[in-house]
Amino acid sequence: MKRSVPASSSGRRVNFIYPLIALVSLIGLVDGLYLTILHLQHKNAPCGEAFDCTSVLTSDYATIKGIPLGAFGALAYFTVFSFALLITFGYERLRIHLLLLTVLMALMSGYLLYVQAFVLKHFCQWCLLSAGVTLVLLLLTVTARLIGRKNT
Amino acid sequence: MKKSILPFVIIGAVFVVSIGVSVWLFNQGPKTDSGNTNGVNGPGKLNPDNLPKGAEPPRSEGTAGAKVVLEEFGDFQCPPCGAFHPDAKQIVREFGDRIQFIFRNNPLRIHQHAYDAARAAEAAGIQGKYWEMHDKIYDNQATWSTSPDPRNEFDNYARLLGLNVEQFRGDRVGEMVNSRVAADMRRATAMGVTGTPTVFLNGRKLEFEDTNAARLRILINEELKK
Repeated sequence: MKRSVPASSSGRRVNFIYPLIALVSLIGLVDGLYLTILHLQHKNAPCGEAFDCTSVLTSDYATIKGIPLGAFGALAYFTVFSFALLITFGYERLRIHLLLLTVLMALMSGYLLYVQAFVLKHFCQWCLLSAGVTLVLLLLTVTARLIGRKNT
Repeated sequence: MKKSILPFVIIGAVFVVSIGVSVWLFNQGPKTDSGNTNGVNGPGKLNPDNLPKGAEPPRSEGTAGAKVVLEEFGDFQCPPCGAFHPDAKQIVREFGDRIQFIFRNNPLRIHQHAYDAARAAEAAGIQGKYWEMHDKIYDNQATWSTSPDPRNEFDNYARLLGLNVEQFRGDRVGEMVNSRVAADMRRATAMGVTGTPTVFLNGRKLEFEDTNAARLRILINEELKK
């Protein structure tokens, strides 16, 4: 794998963003694992007054072939973490992969938000947290990409 | 430049920690199953004033504010809850106005149709036939539990009970029903309920072995004598 260490000030800014992406992705990883554990334990997720987590997490949209979406989320966040960390250490080629991955995750999050808002008409706070994390990851990745382009 | 193995070490460490902590947490949590409340029965008495109230007013029989309050957290699809149902009814019949029996919804994720069943009972409650639907759902548990879509069965029960079926269908997915079930579930979580049926006698969580008519009779009489 091609590896280079950016030395410019922009490069340093980019290097600051990728560790941040890695850190933020850990929040999503914990969220995804938490929902997966609850699913495996057949437990209802604790839920705030304004939400209805059980409706959402027991709906037909909550699993794919019996595998909870939380598990897919955890895997995706772990991949983002790995890519961001590797980029931080100079594996520049992964930038495009990370960007594509976060775009894909944001699209999936958008779809799931639509399902909660218009199909199930209930929201789950843990799913909203995941959507928020994905949005932040997308913004950070795009920012890092733009700064990287400006630099070249 | 020589490639650093540090990121791979960190990634590996995060992977191992994630899996390790997940497995540990999974094993820590009570393995909830229908009727299995092992390990969740604490000896302590809970102060209901400090807890979420659950749906208001609760679905209850007997006298509100009675000296003895029996509060069941149940799941309509759980077989032990179905087995406890006739015992609960018998106790209500026997003690009448001397006790208050409260039923709270705690549909477990393990049961695919439990949430729909809880909604159906609550929707019937809006038309004043909560307990009739409650009984119908428990009495026919074996039938609708195995149905791919039990909502048709619930519609039939509504018809048999003389409910306005159109209204029933609407109420079943309506906000009032939803918030009542959610409120009960929040109370269940706050009271440490992880299995069903879980029964509290004046705020004290009973052992699963005590959730039968014979044992309840003794325990309720003891409470009445206090």
